[in-house]
Amino acid sequence: MREYVLSVKVNNNIGVLARIGGLFSRRCFSIKSLNSAETEEENISRLTIVVAADIRSLEQIKNQLMKLYDVHEVRILDDAVTREHILIRAGKTSEDRHKIIEIANLYRAKPVDVGADSIMLELTGEPVKIDSFIDLLKPFGIIKMVRSGITALERD
Amino acid sequence: MILSGSDIIVECLLEQGADTVFGYPGGAVLNIYDSLYKYSDKIRHIITSHEQGACHAADGFARATGKTGVVIATSGPGATNLTTGLATAYMDSIPLVAITGNVSCNLLGLDSFQEVDITGVTIPITKHNFIVKDIADLADTLRLAFEIAGSGRKGPVLVDIPKDITAAKCEYKRDDISKAGEQPALNGELLDKVAELIARSEKPYIYAGGGVISSNAEDELKRFAELCDAPVSCSLMGQGAYDQTDRRYIGMLGMHGTVKAAAALNDCDLFIGIGTRFSDRVIGDPTVFGKNAKIIHIDIDPAEFNKNVEAYTAVQGDVKSVLGELCKRIAQKLNVWTDKMILMNFGEPVQRGTEEFPVTPQAVIEKLDELTDGRAVISTEVGQNQMWAAQYYKYRQPRSFISSGGLGTMGFGLGASLGAKVGCPDKTVVNIAGDGSFAMNLNELITASAHNIPIIEIVINNNVLGMVRQWQRLFYEKHFSQTTLDNRHIDYVKLGESFGIQTFVIAKTEDIEPVLKKALDISKTAPCMIEVKIDRDINVLPMIPAGKPVVDPITEIDLEA
Repeated sequence: MREYVLSVKVNNNIGVLARIGGLFSRRCFSIKSLNSAETEEENISRLTIVVAADIRSLEQIKNQLMKLYDVHEVRILDDAVTREHILIRAGKTSEDRHKIIEIANLYRAKPVDVGADSIMLELTGEPVKIDSFIDLLKPFGIIKMVRSGITALERD
Repeated sequence: MILSGSDIIVECLLEQGADTVFGYPGGAVLNIYDSLYKYSDKIRHIITSHEQGACHAADGFARATGKTGVVIATSGPGATNLTTGLATAYMDSIPLVAITGNVSCNLLGLDSFQEVDITGVTIPITKHNFIVKDIADLADTLRLAFEIAGSGRKGPVLVDIPKDITAAKCEYKRDDISKAGEQPALNGELLDKVAELIARSEKPYIYAGGGVISSNAEDELKRFAELCDAPVSCSLMGQGAYDQTDRRYIGMLGMHGTVKAAAALNDCDLFIGIGTRFSDRVIGDPTVFGKNAKIIHIDIDPAEFNKNVEAYTAVQGDVKSVLGELCKRIAQKLNVWTDKMILMNFGEPVQRGTEEFPVTPQAVIEKLDELTDGRAVISTEVGQNQMWAAQYYKYRQPRSFISSGGLGTMGFGLGASLGAKVGCPDKTVVNIAGDGSFAMNLNELITASAHNIPIIEIVINNNVLGMVRQWQRLFYEKHFSQTTLDNRHIDYVKLGESFGIQTFVIAKTEDIEPVLKKALDISKTAPCMIEVKIDRDINVLPMIPAGKPVVDPITEIDLEA
């Protein structure tokens, strides 16, 4: 069992997410993250899905997805650029805020909203980088956060 | 020309050659039924007693004819009543197009009267579904629905049409369909490899599933079996894919397959599964299934490969073309083992009656086989009746065994038999039911009578839910919980006659032949029913308990134990 990144091209039709989500749940495949948005082609979206699977169920997931009418292409990404985006608000005191800004500078995270005690930062990077960034902010108290889930594109 | 949405629907059905549809009217489909009224000289609509029955009828029509079945239902409960029928068709890969009405677009999402999100409900039980919110999309959506239902691995497609779309007007141009669906390209190298495996095999075994029937590959299968000189077994869904009077046929494989089919499975060195999904009801324990054999899996749906059973080689393609190509690549074989398997007597179990109930299902079904020369269309309900119908009738041709294999839908058979008979008016159509399944959807006897659809309904009555009772006996310490039905006191003769259906009883062995003959005679012009009284403890044998290896099937159950 390990994590795989799937890149799935779909018709941007009503209910396409329900079809894909439903397929994962009823076939007992687990989704770690899912990101969906439009592409350069009209009415086509690209989903980046991170799944935890063994090789046999990975093959099943791919084949079952391909059977959905709205799915055009399923690629299991191997050599790809993977990125994730996070918005995170942390800090309880103004002192915290300074320390948080120091960490943000190390990671080249950008402050996007500054409150009296807390600060909201944004960061884009490899998922591991995002993980370690979150870990460093934990001692200051994370108030709220949202991760985009992985987006990925194959290298040339 | 400018037509209303509902006229466009009917025109599109006619484009597809769908001149018979099953359904039930209601508020949201009033416009569609008004068009059906207008087009009644071109399209036949059969109203059933219940939408479930209509869906099973469309399904039986599709299974018997090979065409795509069509069912129409209204919004809300009409639509939800289709779900069991759609799930049944989906599990068995049967091409259906279901058209449901819905509330008008401006009322969608407001919990309006008889509104249900039927596309949401049916996502997991249809191959695909649509809701049409723009009349300009209506005709092409319906055409696409038929294309999806009838191509590749077939299946049901639902099209939900809000009422205002059926009333709106739009330009319509007839579009004659091109029938040729795209076939996946075959991999020549892989076929060479399979041919090589067959050439080297000394004990090849052919196992045919429903895919052989849906791909119309019975001739190719016959030729393939001759060339391989292999014994042939069929799954439940594959009954009829291979002529069962042929010497190479060794019976059904699976939980209630023959001892011979199971023995050959364990002894073979090459297992060729064709158009099959290796259901759990066949493979038992997947870790030891065909353990001495290399498994070749041929199917149109690659998602079936390595799903339940790991294949040594998997070939994706339409079964008909794959077998055709393989036949070109293999030289005539002659296997000593095959002859040995065919000739060996494995002591298949035989049913025995009791003093009070001397008649056995085996005796009735074998007599029916004899009297119809194995050429009737047999539909079944689910449970013991289904297994007996599969075991004791010798199917000679495809599309003659109509049964809910995957979903196991009790109440399927009667509706399905009506659809089969409407689709094949020249064939004798018999539904073999148990008393439990019969009671689930007996309302469709009304349909048989009202439309004079001359099927024969055989109710094998043991006054118990026999299959469940059998499991309770074997695995639940004979706690016959809720499976004894003898307080129902149904008078089948009165029941049938109240619907205008002549009904007979078989209670003694000597009744079997005359009653069957009489029923076959009546069924030339009118439906009829037979109640067969049997003992409650005739079990379905052989039996391999669920999840257990396909070895040493149970062939006897000690009733005293």
